[in-house]
Amino acid sequence: MSDTRRTPPTLGVGPDVSTRTSNADARAGVMGEPGVGGRFGRFGGRYVPESLVPACVELESAFRLAWSDPSFHAELDGILHSYGGRPTPVTECARLSAQIGVRLLLKREDLTHTGSHKLNNVVGQALLARRMGKQRLVAETGAGQHGVASATAAALFGMTCTVYMGEVDVERQALNVFRMELLGAEVRPVGSGSRTLKDAVNEALRDWVATVADTHYCLGSVMGPHPYPWMVRELQRVVGDEAREQCRVLLDGKDPDIVVACVGGGSNAAGTFAGFADTDAELVGVEAAGGSAVGNGIPGVLHGMASLLLQDEAGQILEAESISAGLDYPGIGPEHAYLADIGRARYEHAGDDEVLAAFQLLARTEGIIPAFESAHALAWVVREAGRAIPHGSTVLVTLSGRGDKDVAQARELLR
Amino acid sequence: MTEPRAAQRSTGSTGTGEQGAGDITQEMRGVGPTAMGRGHVPPAGRSVGPLERVLRLRRDAGRKLVVPYVTAGVVDGWLDVVRAVVAAGADAVEVGLPFSDPIMDGPTIQQASLVALQRGMTPAMGVAELARADVGVPIVVMTYYNLVFRSGERRFARTLAASGVAGAIVPDLPLEESEGWRAEAGAAGVDDVLLVAPSTPDDRIRRICEACRGFVYGVGVMGVTGERAQLADSARQVARRVRAVTDLPVCVGVGITTPEQAADVCQDADGVVVGSALVRRLLDGGGPDAAAELVAGIREALD
Repeated sequence: MSDTRRTPPTLGVGPDVSTRTSNADARAGVMGEPGVGGRFGRFGGRYVPESLVPACVELESAFRLAWSDPSFHAELDGILHSYGGRPTPVTECARLSAQIGVRLLLKREDLTHTGSHKLNNVVGQALLARRMGKQRLVAETGAGQHGVASATAAALFGMTCTVYMGEVDVERQALNVFRMELLGAEVRPVGSGSRTLKDAVNEALRDWVATVADTHYCLGSVMGPHPYPWMVRELQRVVGDEAREQCRVLLDGKDPDIVVACVGGGSNAAGTFAGFADTDAELVGVEAAGGSAVGNGIPGVLHGMASLLLQDEAGQILEAESISAGLDYPGIGPEHAYLADIGRARYEHAGDDEVLAAFQLLARTEGIIPAFESAHALAWVVREAGRAIPHGSTVLVTLSGRGDKDVAQARELLR
Repeated sequence: MTEPRAAQRSTGSTGTGEQGAGDITQEMRGVGPTAMGRGHVPPAGRSVGPLERVLRLRRDAGRKLVVPYVTAGVVDGWLDVVRAVVAAGADAVEVGLPFSDPIMDGPTIQQASLVALQRGMTPAMGVAELARADVGVPIVVMTYYNLVFRSGERRFARTLAASGVAGAIVPDLPLEESEGWRAEAGAAGVDDVLLVAPSTPDDRIRRICEACRGFVYGVGVMGVTGERAQLADSARQVARRVRAVTDLPVCVGVGITTPEQAADVCQDADGVVVGSALVRRLLDGGGPDAAAELVAGIREALD
């Protein structure tokens, strides 16, 4: 380590590491360790060019070692507490609950530093990169939240950071581009394909093929080749683990009836679901109607993973369509595809109009402006309250991010 | 994909006459072990298809191998480009079936893939056109795994075989994920070409070469396909490391742009794959002659 690198203070004030799920425990149940080769049933795997296989193997080893190392957890939890603002609260939505007739609780990832759950993942990956001796992060971003989080972690650890972002997203999330640049990252617009998240992932992978010796690919969701879907879920499970304990305090030891989260690749949903997988809570992921990989997808292989993908007859990947740049992805994390397969979670969708309405509704009733992505989860709850969600139910929604980044776009859409 | 009707191909043997789908060349039909050259007889029980037979024979005769790459459908008359590069001295031709998200490809082949898709090219069309072509050297199809998976591994392999395609390269299907596909390709008589990268450890190179058929594709540089001003040091190194563990032909691709670079890498490699440099000529408006000129220059530098 160079002297110029800043080592964040380690406070060790996070959850007791001894209570964490060990690999052996995890294997026993749903959302434990994946099978051989990173399989979740028929999904997952490691479909990468040969050039990247050794790097994926190295990352898997580094993660296994770190994840069983109490000092790694202590440092990670310390940073997420003293720097990231964890634990985030669970908020009762009294007025909105009264309006829709279900008891609505929000897990407030919007209050995490940088404004979304993405920080949980990038701090963990940056620590791993440092352990592997890698000085540069490359990341893809859709809405810009993961890019901002990656740029933030790079600044915190004294690393360089390159963020790939589709040209369409650069335009609709201009403020986040400037944020990343303020944080010292280089943002490279991607002009190929649909010029959105899918293409940003392609370009980040291409960068990584050429730079893997000194670069860590800081993938932002529970997707990509093994070990990413598993590793990112584990790094995000803090969301679900906290929420479960917080709900039990609020609900007299009970769990919510339904746990809801939005799904693009699905990292906030995976982290949330991981905390409730062994409870009786119903798990619901909400995709963008124009990017509904579970609803309309077909098994296939993209970006290193077998999963459900929007594709044509020949296997060409189709473009997702959503007002939310973060959900504009034609696939879904392989574990979500598996949870859908086995029926442990179900996947619904919300359309742009109802999302925009939910975005405004939460702002007016609770004084919280949600990210467009998170508003998908809310939109489904608002639509289904009294229908799929019986009146009187208790529903936990993970509010994955705050809506500041979407305010300019909302103004245009509402004009 | 639809399966064109074609002659059944005998498989699983290195000897006895091959009944010819495509009737490629005399070389591809029945080349017995005695014709394979000293020390280059494949181990007993190892099935070898026409791609490997032809390339071994030519390599053992002292010839360096030139394998140009053309994206199917990139221009009208792309098959004329294939024929022209064969006439200019290609030993096999790699034909790319365009995919929407080609992560191993740099800007030139990305652009070619996009153009071909916009022109309406599909995997089924590309293979069907190859089935009607009489090219004269083995054809190796290169595509990404989703197109294979979507079609079904068995169906894809059989369609290739029935169309006279001799080999396949699926760059996003590494050793651990390719067992099923390799079995289907082998059963259909299609040689599955695997890649070795500069980052591949030696013990892994050995395992890849044991599973590989046709030739070993040495990735010349850590990076995606594209032209490079300089030949990377890794290009010759990867060739040497592969040759140390196998007698399969070793062709190096990715970053081989000029005849000089080809000659340089062939001090250690058995041959070269040249893609972006050729495809750029097509994208710039050049036709079969422009592609043939490049290949002839490389041929000359290697002979």
